[in-house]
Order: sequence, then structure tokens, then C-alpha cells
Amino acid sequence: MGLTTPAEHRTVSYIPESQEGWAATRLDFLVNWARANSLWPMPFGTACCAIEFMATAASDFDLARFGMERMSFSPRQADVLICAGRVPFKLAPIIRRIWQQMPQPKWCISMGACASTGGMFDNYAVVQGIDTIIPVDVYVPGCPPRPEGLIYGIRMLQEKVKNERAADKGTRDEMEPDPSSQLYIPPSVIDELGEPFGNSVNQTRSAP
Amino acid sequence: MSRFEVVRTGASAPDSQPATQRTVSHRTEPANPSAKALQEKFSSAVKRVEVIWGETVVYVDPAAVKQMMGWLHDDPSQRYDFLSDLTAVEYRDAEVPIEVVWHLRSLPYRRFLRIKAQIQKGQPLEIDSVYDIYRSADWLERECYDMFGIRFRGHPDLRRLLMWESYKEGFPLRKDFPLRGRFSRSEQLRQALAQNPEARYSMEELTIADAFAELPTDMRDRLSKGERTGE
Repeated sequence: MGLTTPAEHRTVSYIPESQEGWAATRLDFLVNWARANSLWPMPFGTACCAIEFMATAASDFDLARFGMERMSFSPRQADVLICAGRVPFKLAPIIRRIWQQMPQPKWCISMGACASTGGMFDNYAVVQGIDTIIPVDVYVPGCPPRPEGLIYGIRMLQEKVKNERAADKGTRDEMEPDPSSQLYIPPSVIDELGEPFGNSVNQTRSAP
Repeated sequence: MSRFEVVRTGASAPDSQPATQRTVSHRTEPANPSAKALQEKFSSAVKRVEVIWGETVVYVDPAAVKQMMGWLHDDPSQRYDFLSDLTAVEYRDAEVPIEVVWHLRSLPYRRFLRIKAQIQKGQPLEIDSVYDIYRSADWLERECYDMFGIRFRGHPDLRRLLMWESYKEGFPLRKDFPLRGRFSRSEQLRQALAQNPEARYSMEELTIADAFAELPTDMRDRLSKGERTGE
């Protein structure tokens, strides 16, 4: 009946050489604990989501509980880019510039429907999701999300930060799409595939 | 008191204070007296006058717009000193001409006047700029050019305002413009990201000293006497 666990799932196998030692894992734990509890956000507020973000930072919801009370209005001292609100195409090079100015390690939260997908603004002027411009770690749904929703997203980001390993060299690499790869689909084909449904349901994620 | 009267304040203020009119009828409100004055001054250039919900709309000849605006601005009996809005309207009906709309306000006379000029289909989308008369027309005309493609003759710096300057897809508020734009999403994003944000907007701060030559005379006088600006 499929209720018994298959044999291969009952055994745990590992390669000892590929594992980090006690010192490395403890150091990871310490570094991640420190990073996760002192994330400095760079607020990129363009619309009504920014109002909810302000409410989150204010005393009722008190973002300081999570070590985020210090809004970093300079990208060079920021850890998390919180994009709150819709991003028009005219702002696309600017948010990308801000992201490039942030030092590693850096994370990104896409707050709200517009930042994540373009939302209701499926028109000529608005970027259909900021993940077409910059990599996003956590998407917070809502229009706009309540402060509880944003805090949940921040906690999820903290979980992600706590699970990072210094030995994993690929974590902080910014990958460029490789046209020689078998999996590569050129942007024009993605647009063709998504053409009739180029909206918030089925997006054309084909940024160069 | 009548709706169109010079408002006096201070010692010469009347006993009765101006009050907002409570009931406004659709078509039967009295027209703004400036409309009649315009008809007398520019008889043939004024096409027709309508009063809708107490607001006077004057349809004028596009060729006479600048002369008319100059007169409305300068004449002591009109004194329309505030251009509060400038925009355009395109109707879904392909035969109806595009209208350019100016919203004028006379602060001393408490008057509001809406002026419309119709650009017939087939004609080039061009009209005289009123930048010489109202400096506030600067960005309004740029926005109108950006969204509708109407060229304002005599505007010193007619560039796009809302869309970026190398935007190639056309004029977004025209009826023949598709909602999602003409290009694919990837092409739109590629062109948008190719912009250099610092090409036009300098990261250096503009100080009062840099802009001294462009300041109004009274401000220059005050600054040259050593008045601090709070910088």
C-alpha cells in the first residue's frame, strides 16, 4: 500500500571527505547567527507597499526585534534590498545599480504583488517582476502585504541565511545564462511562449 | 456676491465672506465673463463657448492660442496668472479631433477658464507653446508631448518627461497604442536597462551659487545683501 518507507530512504549515506568539520560548521553557525540577526535593509519603496513597510518598522510591529531597525539608505552599508512597490521601466537601471552597489553577502526581498509579478500593472510602463532584473530570495505576496506578512518573509529570509555554508562557493556567485547550455532558451522564444498569457499568471521572464 | 468679482481682503474686505456655491446646475450656470471678452476681442478665433457644471469651456482656433493666452495673462481685466494644467484628449472615435486643453486660473478675479483647441485629423500635431507666458507650461508641455506626441512650437527643451528619452515605442496615451507597448517584454527590459541613469542627471548637488544667474531678481537682491538661505 506504499505505507512502508522504501529501503533506500531508511539509510543515510554520506561521503566523509565532502563534509565540513566541526570547526567549520560551528563557524558557519556563528557567522550565520550574526548575519541573520543583524540584517540591515535598504528600503526601495516606490508605492503603497512602502507604507506597510514603514508600519512594520514602526513601534507596533517593531522590526528592531529582528535586528533590522537600522534602515540603510546607502546601498553600500545594506544587506537586504527590500523592494516595496511597483518598479517602472525607467527605474529598472536604477534598482540594478543599487543592487550592484550593495556588497556581498546581500539578499533581496520582493515585497508585494507588483514587485514580484507586476501585479495589476500589466502595461507598457511597469517591470513584470523585479526578478527579471535582480535575483530575489523571498517573495512576499499581498497587495500590499500586512506587516505580519512582511515579518514572515523576513523570518523566512533569516532561515535561509542561517542555512548557508561558507564552504558552498556557489551561493554568492552571480550566474549569467549560458547560451551554449542545452537548457538555455533565448529571450525571444520565451516571449513567444508566454505571448498570449503575458500577465501576472504566466510571465515572460526573459530578461537579458 | 456674484461668482465673478474681484476679491478684496484686509481693510477693504467686504462684510460678506465668499462662500462655496452649494448647488450648481448642469448647463444653465452663467458663463465666465472672460468668454464674452474673448469673443469681443478675438471674434473669429473663438469657435464656441460651453458652460458645464459652472465651468466655462472656450473652443478656440489653434492658430490663435498663443495670442489669446498672452492677452488673458496680461490684460488688467482678465489677469489669468496661473496655468494649473495643460493636457490633451484623444477620443475613441477616429473622426473626432484631438483636443489640447489649458486650465487657466485668475487668482485676483477668482475665475477659472478652460480653453480647448482642436487639432483636426490629418493635420500635423503641432501647436504653439505658451512657455513664454507661463513658465509652468515647461513640464506640462513636455508631458503632453511625451504622452500624445503633440509638438509645441517654441518650447525651449521639448524632451520626454515621464518615459525615458530614448523610448522608441511611441506615445502611450494615444488610442492606437497597445496597452502593453509595441515591443516584447524582453526587448522593453533590454532597452530600459541600456539607459545610463547618470547621462542626464548629475550626481552633483546644485548649489544656490551655481544657479545664481537664473534666480529671480528679488531673490538675487536679497542674497547679494548677505541674506542666509538656510543651506
